Amino acid sequence: MLSRIAESMFWIGRYVERAEDTARILDVQTSLLLEDATLDVDETCHGLLSIMGVEETPDDVDIDFVLQTLAYDPASPVSIAAAIAAARESARRARETLSVPMWEVINTAHRDIVSGTFARRRTPHVFQWVRERAALINGTADATMTRDEGWQFLMLGRCIERADMTSRLVATASVTSGTTDQWTSTLRACGGYEAFLRTYRGLSTERAAAEFLLLDRLFPRSVVFSLNRAEQCLDNLEVSGQRAGIHNDAQRLIGRTRAELEYRSLSDVVADLPTEMERLQRTCALATEAVTKRFFAGAESLAWHGTGGA
Amino acid sequence: MAMFEGYESTGPAYDEMFDGDGVRAPYARLRQSLQTLTTPELVSRVEALQASYLDQGVTFDIGGEERAFPLDILPRVIEQDTWSRLDAGVQQRVKALEMFLADVYDAGQVFDDGVIPRRVITTSSHYHRAAANVRPPNGVRVHVSGIDLIRDNQGEFRVLEDNVRVPSGVSYVMTNRRAITSALPETTAAHRIRPVAAYPQRLLAALRAAAPAGVIDPTVVVLTPGVYNGAYFEHALLARTMGVELVEGRDLECRRGRVMMRTTQGLAPVHVIYRRVDDEFLDPVHFRADSMLGCPGMIDAARAGNVVLANAVGNGVADDKLVYTYLPDIIRYYLSEEPVINNVDTWRVGDAEAREEVLDRLDELVLKPVDGSGGKGIVIGPRATRAELDELRAKILQSPRDWIAQPVVQLSTVPTFVDGELGPRHVDLRPFAVNDGNRVWVLPGGLTRVALAQGELIVNSSRGGGSKDTWVLAGPPVWPTPSDDEPQPEHEVEVETPEPPAPPPVATRPETPGPAITALTSTHEQAEQQQQEGGARC
Repeated sequence: MLSRIAESMFWIGRYVERAEDTARILDVQTSLLLEDATLDVDETCHGLLSIMGVEETPDDVDIDFVLQTLAYDPASPVSIAAAIAAARESARRARETLSVPMWEVINTAHRDIVSGTFARRRTPHVFQWVRERAALINGTADATMTRDEGWQFLMLGRCIERADMTSRLVATASVTSGTTDQWTSTLRACGGYEAFLRTYRGLSTERAAAEFLLLDRLFPRSVVFSLNRAEQCLDNLEVSGQRAGIHNDAQRLIGRTRAELEYRSLSDVVADLPTEMERLQRTCALATEAVTKRFFAGAESLAWHGTGGA
Repeated sequence: MAMFEGYESTGPAYDEMFDGDGVRAPYARLRQSLQTLTTPELVSRVEALQASYLDQGVTFDIGGEERAFPLDILPRVIEQDTWSRLDAGVQQRVKALEMFLADVYDAGQVFDDGVIPRRVITTSSHYHRAAANVRPPNGVRVHVSGIDLIRDNQGEFRVLEDNVRVPSGVSYVMTNRRAITSALPETTAAHRIRPVAAYPQRLLAALRAAAPAGVIDPTVVVLTPGVYNGAYFEHALLARTMGVELVEGRDLECRRGRVMMRTTQGLAPVHVIYRRVDDEFLDPVHFRADSMLGCPGMIDAARAGNVVLANAVGNGVADDKLVYTYLPDIIRYYLSEEPVINNVDTWRVGDAEAREEVLDRLDELVLKPVDGSGGKGIVIGPRATRAELDELRAKILQSPRDWIAQPVVQLSTVPTFVDGELGPRHVDLRPFAVNDGNRVWVLPGGLTRVALAQGELIVNSSRGGGSKDTWVLAGPPVWPTPSDDEPQPEHEVEVETPEPPAPPPVATRPETPGPAITALTSTHEQAEQQQQEGGARC
């Protein structure tokens, strides 16, 4: 498969997941702000923006500003609208390798944004819409794509992004914590609240919730689950059949982080959650770099220096 | 009100559907099957049609902006007999052009025999020495061609121009057929229409047949300038339907006279490149040194016979508008046949005698630059202002070789649904031909382009033109059995125009933005180059 196409597939996976997870995070935070009058709006908004990677913010931010920046404004690099536009742009570049239904679900989601329908949707319905579109795209991919390299890259992108975003979700929960409500809604946002209750027999503590979101091996949105999947994809992509060690940098990075999470004691990990989560995000960024270097670097163009003939 | 009531063709142009009040034979069935359709029903179908094109992303770009390709709901019908003549004429033309190109880039017998002066070729900006003495493995240089036809006031088809470099538009022929079939199922069912879906397989077979000698299972790729090119949709569609890779220049690399593509598993050889990049951008070693669309060394690889470019480099000399004026003689010279389809009468402004007459009659003629395409630089005398004509006169006197003149031909009209009503609009036709070395195959149908503004004669989509599905009928004409006239409800309607797509959002996330977002944030020089000056060429 062409390096450039592989790169597009990887980023389709990431952008779609990014749109979905941003919607999930916003869903929790906006409803918390509405329900809990004791929360400091300004502090919560600032915390949320900084966790989502917005560096420069005005002194006064309110919920509308947050929604514009993280959801509606296509010019804001961290918004849902921008993520969907970028997914569509990546899909356009890989269009001849995508199945027609796959292209059409991505394109129609993007049509909603350029036609203004997206901007007219109110919270919280807009978040549901994003989740549904993402499910439609992922489902269509699952149902129509052959399990070739392209699929592996799509999954790899999705898993790395998911690990990254779940870590951000956990970070937001710990920033405004103090109430177990916060963790409850975080679990709800992942669609894993009931699963969590069943697993822990109703014993809902902050510690248990963090453990579930970070370490559960069976819950598909947990960090460890996502990292495991990412490792598998990388393993499938490297068909070297070597017997010793791991030669792929991305695989090594992800594997090491996953092992650290799993083998360290939980108290150690949750002691300083925000810092831990930042480390995790850094791993994801480094892994992306390594994947780019290993598989996509061929897409960098050679420049011709010299004069033309005719 | 019945569908076609109140429709009036505007003379002197030939209307393909109506002869005065009577309907012409090819359209009888169409009229009958549409007679019962009410205007609101038609409008709702038009809306569904436009929505489906937007959802599928059937678009073309003007100046970097993506637009839905306009498709009129009423098809154009061509009868079997008419078509078989066009088919023969296009085949003849492509064969002659092939022989002419082979001769031009070899011995040049045609010059020695006085059919066409050598300077006509050597002064053409599309004549490339790099292409001289390169013999394509199966002798084909014009793998794909599009011959533009129009219908004059008597209804006779004539050739307006030849396109043997990178003709575009064939993807819309295929998507138009699918869209119209679902928009007008009853009408489609009432006709026997020759299918167009086989085109990609024909093209792939021709490309594989063109592979370098000794390569048994060649790797074929489509080379696109990139997503900013006007015809990117078409490039992606052709690659997808042929099941081959769509590559950009940066995906390719030349090593020791061979062209390779970069894959996740390393470099892989490429044997046939169906390139949709203009000659000047193909290889910075030989042509424009600043080109970012091609791959350095590609021409040398082609000269060494390790890779085949389709269409061949240097084909532009054959579709030069000045060479066009010699084409009837060229056909007679190589094939010893009379041309099946005639040219439009044309003066070579470079000839002193003709020049005088042309300059006298500037305000009644159409003046065309010889190496323009996409309708660029054309001046229609009767519609030009005094100042425009003076400017034109100065340009002609400065470089007469660069111009040809033609009488104003009123392109034929076909009923078209614009702004909620049916009106006559001018159309042309671009049939596509594929040459696999054994025979020239003409796609039954072709792209009908329609000027959507009333009275407008320029049909190029870069100038606001649309398209029509083109039905070539299989079998003899059948007059429908007359049916009872049913009273139709009257309605007034307005058509909603779709909102133009918003410009792509600007975005990047701090840590890991990803390439697509970076590309959205800035316009590169590459984006401009990808539009390749001419913009959408169809």
